[in-house]
Amino acid sequence: MTGDPRSGGWIIALSFLLAFLLGGIPWPGWLERFRPDWVAMALIFWSIALPHRVGIGSGWLVGLLLDVGRGALLGQHALAFAAVAYLTLQTYRRIRVVPVWQQTFSVLVFLLVEQILVFWISGVIGYPPKDWWYLAPAVGGMVCWPLVFIVLRDVRLYFQVS
Amino acid sequence: MAALEPSKRIQYLFKVNPTAILQLGFWVLLSIVTMTVDHRYRYLSGVRDVLATAIYPLHYLVRLPAETKSWMNENLAGRGALLEENARLREKQLFFDVQLQKLTALEAENRRLRSLLESTVNMAERVLVAEMLAVDFDLYRHHILINRGRQHGVYVGQPVLDQQGVVGQIIQADPFTSTVILITDLSHALPIQINRTGVRTLALGTGNFQELKLPHIPNNEDVKIGDLLVTSGLGGRFPPGYPVGTVAKVAFDPGSPFASIVAKPVARLDRIREVMLLEGGADVRQPAPTVKEPEPIAKGLAPTVKRPGTARPP
Repeated sequence: MTGDPRSGGWIIALSFLLAFLLGGIPWPGWLERFRPDWVAMALIFWSIALPHRVGIGSGWLVGLLLDVGRGALLGQHALAFAAVAYLTLQTYRRIRVVPVWQQTFSVLVFLLVEQILVFWISGVIGYPPKDWWYLAPAVGGMVCWPLVFIVLRDVRLYFQVS
Repeated sequence: MAALEPSKRIQYLFKVNPTAILQLGFWVLLSIVTMTVDHRYRYLSGVRDVLATAIYPLHYLVRLPAETKSWMNENLAGRGALLEENARLREKQLFFDVQLQKLTALEAENRRLRSLLESTVNMAERVLVAEMLAVDFDLYRHHILINRGRQHGVYVGQPVLDQQGVVGQIIQADPFTSTVILITDLSHALPIQINRTGVRTLALGTGNFQELKLPHIPNNEDVKIGDLLVTSGLGGRFPPGYPVGTVAKVAFDPGSPFASIVAKPVARLDRIREVMLLEGGADVRQPAPTVKEPEPIAKGLAPTVKRPGTARPP
């Protein structure tokens, strides 16, 4: 661990930025429906790894920026991300000690919660989802979690973000 | 954690942060407030403007790979391919020139006839070309983001077209970007007219890029598959006469008073790259002169504007 406890904040910001950019890239064919919410996954990773730095407030802020970026209702993703960060903060001790493939199940639950919250709000303002496919990105996220975890963990260790 | 006894270790694993729920409550309340304010009032548009301007460069960053590819395609194309394309474009140009000559004549004639009818029509609208920023939104809301904003003169309610027909309208104009709601969005309704018969109705979005619903047409109305739908100009947003879609499915259910009619938009809504914003000017707000009776002077023209079909427009 480095001496400065606040080092590497730009790495965290950069990873959120990359996740946002990745979210703008469509997937081919039927995979499109499973395109995961990369930003939410980055948030889950950082709040598992550094719960003292990335928490409910930062999740909310990231969600708010995402709302602006996607033209959604201001606060829609913010609320969902705050909830995801809350769930992660309450369970990170258990998630940390299990292997990556077991973590995917927790991640699935978090992402489902996020999707359901986002679509509840969409439903309230008059855009109810048409079918159950709106939950598919959570499954996509579950499948992609090991990749996200390994990449971000290596990045975190390399830059000694703590 | 090696120093802890097993029981302590379990306790550690299940320890929760008691203040977290308070934090969560605070942030949830705050988001409910921002959502309500954003949805019901317009107070937050300033905040959104600032944030939208801050993340504006990101949209360009997302587009960078696609831009690079198209740049390479343009710059590394072989001479043969360019010559071929040039010849093809020249041919097309010739074709359009001929059509344009006809159009000019028709337009002049149209204007003359209209002046006989003493009706107003808006001629020569100016257009602003915008590119779509390659950012995907929600699968369930048909909104796209374009690279023109208030700085370029975009305003809320401005009609958006592509080469084929009507795309949608601006629902939000930020300083450098704006959001377009497509005509297929679930919450969008467009006043239209069937070109062949002149029947006026509404085309509702369905949430499917290939479908528009026409739910208010009576069963006895004359509607055929392939009929062209054009904007009627009612509602004051879209100028009249722009193509919207073609009728794709007509089903008559004897039990219901209205036919179930589905139309397919002519604009390729799911693969838009460039759109045109109409600068309609003031006269788009005038209702279309379709219901006006011909003046005595134009009596000779009356038979041509009579429309078949007996049912009243809804």
